Amino acid sequence: MRYIFALIAWLYPLVGVAQEWEDQNAFGPASAASTLRVLSSTDTALFAPIIEDFLRGRPDVSVEYFVTGTAQIDQVFRASPDDFDVVISSAMDLQLKLVNDGYSVPVANLSQPDWAQWRNSLFAFTTEPATIVINRAAFAPDTVPQTRQELIAAMRARPEVFRGKVGTYDVRDSGLGYLFATQDARASETFWRLMEVMGGLDARLYCCSGAMIDDLIAGKLMVAYNVLGSYVAARDDVAGMLEIVLPSDFPTIMMRTAFVSSRTEVEENAAAFVRHLVEVQTGPRNRDVFPLPPLSATVDSTGQAVISLEPALMTYLDPLKRKTFIKEWSSAVIQ
Amino acid sequence: MSDAVNVSGSLRARLSLTLIGSAAAIAVLLFFVVRTYAAQIAQSGQDNILEASVTSILDAATLRDGDVAVDFPYVAFSMLNTEADDRVFYAIWQDETLLSGYELLPVADAPGGGDIVHVSAQFDGAPVRIATAARILVGANARNRVTVSVAQTQDALAGTLNKISRNVGLIGAGFFALSVLVASWATNTAIRPLERLTHSITRRGPKDLSPVARPVPSEMAPLVTSLNSFMARLDTSLKQSEDFIAEAAHRVRTPLATVRSHAEATLQRVEREDNRQALRSMVRAIDESSRAAGQLLDHAMITFRADHLETEPLDLVDLVEDLVTRLTPVAEMKDIALTVISSGKVSVEADSILLQNALSNLVENALKYAPEESEITLEVFDVPRPRVEVRDEGPGFPPDQMHELAARFSRGENAKDTIGSGLGLTIAQDVATAHGGELTLTNLSEGGACVTFLL
Repeated sequence: MRYIFALIAWLYPLVGVAQEWEDQNAFGPASAASTLRVLSSTDTALFAPIIEDFLRGRPDVSVEYFVTGTAQIDQVFRASPDDFDVVISSAMDLQLKLVNDGYSVPVANLSQPDWAQWRNSLFAFTTEPATIVINRAAFAPDTVPQTRQELIAAMRARPEVFRGKVGTYDVRDSGLGYLFATQDARASETFWRLMEVMGGLDARLYCCSGAMIDDLIAGKLMVAYNVLGSYVAARDDVAGMLEIVLPSDFPTIMMRTAFVSSRTEVEENAAAFVRHLVEVQTGPRNRDVFPLPPLSATVDSTGQAVISLEPALMTYLDPLKRKTFIKEWSSAVIQ
Repeated sequence: MSDAVNVSGSLRARLSLTLIGSAAAIAVLLFFVVRTYAAQIAQSGQDNILEASVTSILDAATLRDGDVAVDFPYVAFSMLNTEADDRVFYAIWQDETLLSGYELLPVADAPGGGDIVHVSAQFDGAPVRIATAARILVGANARNRVTVSVAQTQDALAGTLNKISRNVGLIGAGFFALSVLVASWATNTAIRPLERLTHSITRRGPKDLSPVARPVPSEMAPLVTSLNSFMARLDTSLKQSEDFIAEAAHRVRTPLATVRSHAEATLQRVEREDNRQALRSMVRAIDESSRAAGQLLDHAMITFRADHLETEPLDLVDLVEDLVTRLTPVAEMKDIALTVISSGKVSVEADSILLQNALSNLVENALKYAPEESEITLEVFDVPRPRVEVRDEGPGFPPDQMHELAARFSRGENAKDTIGSGLGLTIAQDVATAHGGELTLTNLSEGGACVTFLL
């Protein structure tokens, strides 16, 4: 019982803020017989072409597209699973736990390789590496760091340039940031040294990639760590100003995933939507029309593949583990 | 002999059915035993992994500043990855308080000290396997009991079991098919001596009543012993009756000769025509009885000699010519010409006494039925097999009785006023059969009978 009270207490503040979306759009005719409600962490601009493509030839369907942060998606959806038909997020761990907890239904007639799906319910549709984005103003050409080690060295060498001008996800707020941080921490101790160095330089903390990119362009940031490179590439106002570095020591590659809610009343349409999404993202297509990075099985040169969709993703979602991790992370970054 | 045998069931069917039935039963039993065993192994595989997972989480439980901290490794869950993407649930309890995980997950009462308890249960609408273990953490001022449960759905296990069931099913079916083959082989092997015995008895000649000498399986020994003793008794009784007939014929014939001579003598003496007529009838009847007794004797002799056939090389043409010479006086009494046609010697291995007897019976038959001033032809052939054809110009055989005529004491319908016992053809046929040949009766198209004696 105590647990339930704790849960209610934990969820209570969300009830008020749940309706405040980062973005909210409707597609298709308002008079459509059936409306598909999509809860997503992906910016509307990146996703709109896929929705429009889906609605082509389906005059009786409309789509409502709600955008919010990855951590909020988990909270909002768990609080009211009836309100959404399709859930899309880049926080693979939260998505997997939702599916594990029975919030999804399998999608029929969609066959994907094992690494790109879980339980035939959760389907990956992009592969996107976490990158280091650098403001060219801070580095002379050819001195741009290519690894985390080099980044640490560069920041240590010129703290005056970077103080207050380095940024990364606030793992306490961002589900994706937490996923990236925990996977980094699994991969190498370098992550903790990097966090300590960034913490020592009064790192700024962000909710999302978009905000970091904005500050990079505004000159408020010189380096941002674990930014989604795809978001930078999708913006045409940054050419020449920012450089995207894929850390060559070890990559952290995330897959956006989607599933159909088990409480949906339009399962046919929701499943069709997920099928369409995977089809667009895996088939041959025009990058100009569909700006989202495709789903590709390409293994990085270091031999490391994407973060796998497996129950182990739930490890760091454990409250005890999370508490420990956040504590360590805070003591490194916030100091 | 042609009475239908009272058949009830079939040894072969019973044996096959028993063998195949037990094979099927064993195959089904095999299927269930192996499947159950495989299910246990598969389940224990899942249990082992769950156990490792629980242990790795429990090992990570420590007291940090009086609080329980469980910094379990990534591998604790990653080892639970299955092909079927089974769902994973867990719960970490400190005494009665949930530290983290799924509160509603059923928790088994695990003894402290890390011993694992496995249970099967339902959770969130799916069957799960749960492993639970507990450990006591002794702090400065409290003993904390930490209980960890890890549960996993059984989709992969079900898949494995299906695969195993399919394979075991195939193995069972294969075993069954093999058993059916073995059963049919075993049945045939078991039945074969019986068939061999049947065959050897069926193949015997009609007079062969010797005991079965071939080796037989011990189970059939009583049957064969009974059969042998039955045949021996039959043989004895047949011989006794033949002997009896021969003895009787012999004893009748001798007094008949005496009676005949007395009758002949009396005929010379009486004058009255009606008395003479009666005496002539008497002589005629005596002749007939005497001839019958003679033929009975012949038949008994032939039966004996046919059973103990002693052959010698001889010329069939010679034999036929001797016979004709011997019978010519009788033939001349009726003005019948006996003609022999042959082309050189015809060598045969045979019992000359039997042959003479058989052929003279045939010629005597022909003489009886042939009209006066006709011709009886005996033609001897060498190829393809030695044979003698006896042709007359008489009335021929009655067509509808031809196949019965060679039976003992059977006479044709047209034989009413002819002396005969009905044994002549029987004797000839017995002799032919004893030599491995046969007797064929035909009517000639230009009239007359034709008997072919084939050796």
